[in-house]
Amino acid sequence: MEQKKRYICLFVENEIGVLARISGLFSSKSYNMDSLSVGETEDPTVSRMTISLTSDDRTFEQIKKQLNRSVEVIKVVDYTDIPIHMKELMFIKIGSCSEKDKAEIFRIAQVFGVSVRDYSKTTVLLECIQTEDRNKELIALMSEMFVNRIEVVRGGGVAIEAVSIAER
Amino acid sequence: MEIKGTELFVKALKEEGVDTLFAYPGGMAIDLFDQLYDEDDIEVILPRHEQGLIHAADGYARATGNVGVCLVTSGPGATNLVTGIATANYDSVPLVCFTGQVMTNLIGNDAFQEVDIVGIARNICKYAVTVHKREDLGRIIKNAFYIARTGKPGPVLVDIPKDIQVAMGSSEYPDSVNIRGYKPSTGVHAGQIKRVMKLMDQAKRPVFLVGGGVRISHAGEVLTQLVEKSGIPVMTTIMGKGAIDTKHPLYIGNIGMHGNFASNNAADKCDLLISIGTRFSDRVTGTISEFAQNATIVHIDIDPASISRNIKVDVPIVADARLAIEAMLPHTKKYKISEWVSDIKKWKEEHPINMNSYEGMTPEKIIHKINEMFPELIITTDVGQNQLWASQYLDLGPKKRLLTSGGLGTMGYGLPAAIGAKLGTEGVPVLCISGDGGVQMNIQEMATAVVMELPVILCVFNNGYLGNVRQMQELFYNKRYSYTCLRCRRSCEHRCLRNEEECPSYTPDFVKLAESYDAVGIRVEKEEDIEAAFQKAMSRKTGPTLIEFIIEREANVFPMVPGGKALNEMILDS
Repeated sequence: MEQKKRYICLFVENEIGVLARISGLFSSKSYNMDSLSVGETEDPTVSRMTISLTSDDRTFEQIKKQLNRSVEVIKVVDYTDIPIHMKELMFIKIGSCSEKDKAEIFRIAQVFGVSVRDYSKTTVLLECIQTEDRNKELIALMSEMFVNRIEVVRGGGVAIEAVSIAER
Repeated sequence: MEIKGTELFVKALKEEGVDTLFAYPGGMAIDLFDQLYDEDDIEVILPRHEQGLIHAADGYARATGNVGVCLVTSGPGATNLVTGIATANYDSVPLVCFTGQVMTNLIGNDAFQEVDIVGIARNICKYAVTVHKREDLGRIIKNAFYIARTGKPGPVLVDIPKDIQVAMGSSEYPDSVNIRGYKPSTGVHAGQIKRVMKLMDQAKRPVFLVGGGVRISHAGEVLTQLVEKSGIPVMTTIMGKGAIDTKHPLYIGNIGMHGNFASNNAADKCDLLISIGTRFSDRVTGTISEFAQNATIVHIDIDPASISRNIKVDVPIVADARLAIEAMLPHTKKYKISEWVSDIKKWKEEHPINMNSYEGMTPEKIIHKINEMFPELIITTDVGQNQLWASQYLDLGPKKRLLTSGGLGTMGYGLPAAIGAKLGTEGVPVLCISGDGGVQMNIQEMATAVVMELPVILCVFNNGYLGNVRQMQELFYNKRYSYTCLRCRRSCEHRCLRNEEECPSYTPDFVKLAESYDAVGIRVEKEEDIEAAFQKAMSRKTGPTLIEFIIEREANVFPMVPGGKALNEMILDS
């Protein structure tokens, strides 16, 4: 069956062990998970997760049902085919930079719409708030240009339903 | 007024109607036990091992329909519950398991007898939680009982640290539940029922497939009405057997790996399969792609996640089995399917299940004797050949019920479950059918049966083998009986030539073992002695009887669908 990228927005009880419960569900049933981000919401008793994964239709239906039957899960919303805004925070640190490299990185930042957050004589730190796909493309570009000199940390996508325009 | 956590605990049990508690003390549960010492309304049962304890609570819950309640200490007390939790989870048995825990300020310090039981149990139970604050204790216990018994029932674990047990706090025990993430379905979708009725109108070869869900929701009576009104034949899974009287003319038999030919053939040939309260486990379906290929499939289940998981379903209905059947009943009429019904009857007559190819005292003959001698009965089993023979040959119905570990397949379940069942149903004879392997996994519970003065009858089918695995080794591994012989000793030839005369004697001697527990032990080797043994056991009113049946060493369970094969590829006999 066709593998497809999916997004789930999950409202859960903000309690000890709930993250373990959700990640345990994925691992115990061999469901693949691309990323998971979680944080408290405007209601401190509720946490909200954004989960991105790749699966076929049938497995995805099972995943949603299994999440729904967990007592700790308050609501499951499928973001796969609805208009959403989705962004991921990523830092890229580039080391051993020459002056020429630095100039190049500043140009890249301008073109890709990411910011230079910090730099020293030889190191530049980029802050990239983009979609997961754009971040992935940027990593590919940077690892090709600065072989073995980049360090990446990604936060996992965070998504919210769109109001009138969408971006994912 | 403020009261201690332990006081609220006991108050909660009483409000939930708990009169039987399966409990084993320890350092982190001692305060709860101290509180229970003053109680006269809760009978505390002290099994001899926590695994036996939880299976007993499970047997009690299955026999009575009430929540089974366990109380054990932290660490090993808690980990010994694990197999029992998974057993109950698979078979949808409502349990609430309380575990003591080290003081909250010691959690994470690797304190003595500390274990993260919630972390261990999380994936094998319906819900698991640690009480971190005294003020949450009442609400958590209330929720635990509600979650355990509603929807698809299951085990819930509540971990209570020692300092929470002794802390003072509100005496309030909530009288209502509101869990925002847990709203089990309570209705039946009328439109979907209409679709089923239309399919039933059109079908030429319809059949009901009934699983454990029908028994859990006490829908046996309405199911029987539905079957009689519609004239549609019915087959069961092992867990569903007895939902309709097995002597009913429209009852076909068990489906699946060790089901009868007629059922498996009916599944293969039917054009409408209406399944109620079963999740299409691999033991039921055989090769999934070839299961009921010619049929439109209706699936009624309380658990949305069971639907279209293993089998692609045409009409899904998320509902309690009884409510769904009650919704179908008024719209049901007598369908014109007499040819189909007589085909099934013919298959059933042409391919009966029996052990006629074996001589002497076969399990079939023993079980027939049980059918004949006990008009009312609860039977528990272990897992393996004993369980399969029981599921094949037992007559079941409203007055004869089978309790067995169907999903997890837990050896050692039978004896403690029989003890629990007996505690819950005084007056009903309780009999356990076990093998010589499984019975030794929780044999220590003989002591519990003796001290609780319970006249359970423990039948041990002794063939000196782990018979079900041996059977597979015989059929599919070229008779290489790798570590399945329980008579084998270190001094035996490593790959034994199976010369019976030279075989070492069996250990233990079950008759002496029973006697050492102050129970009665009887060894039966001949068919004509079966009845007398049961009569003696039935005459005992205050203690257990162990009857060891020496059976043919290499008798097999047939028919059989080999693992990974389709239902129409079954082996009928040796």
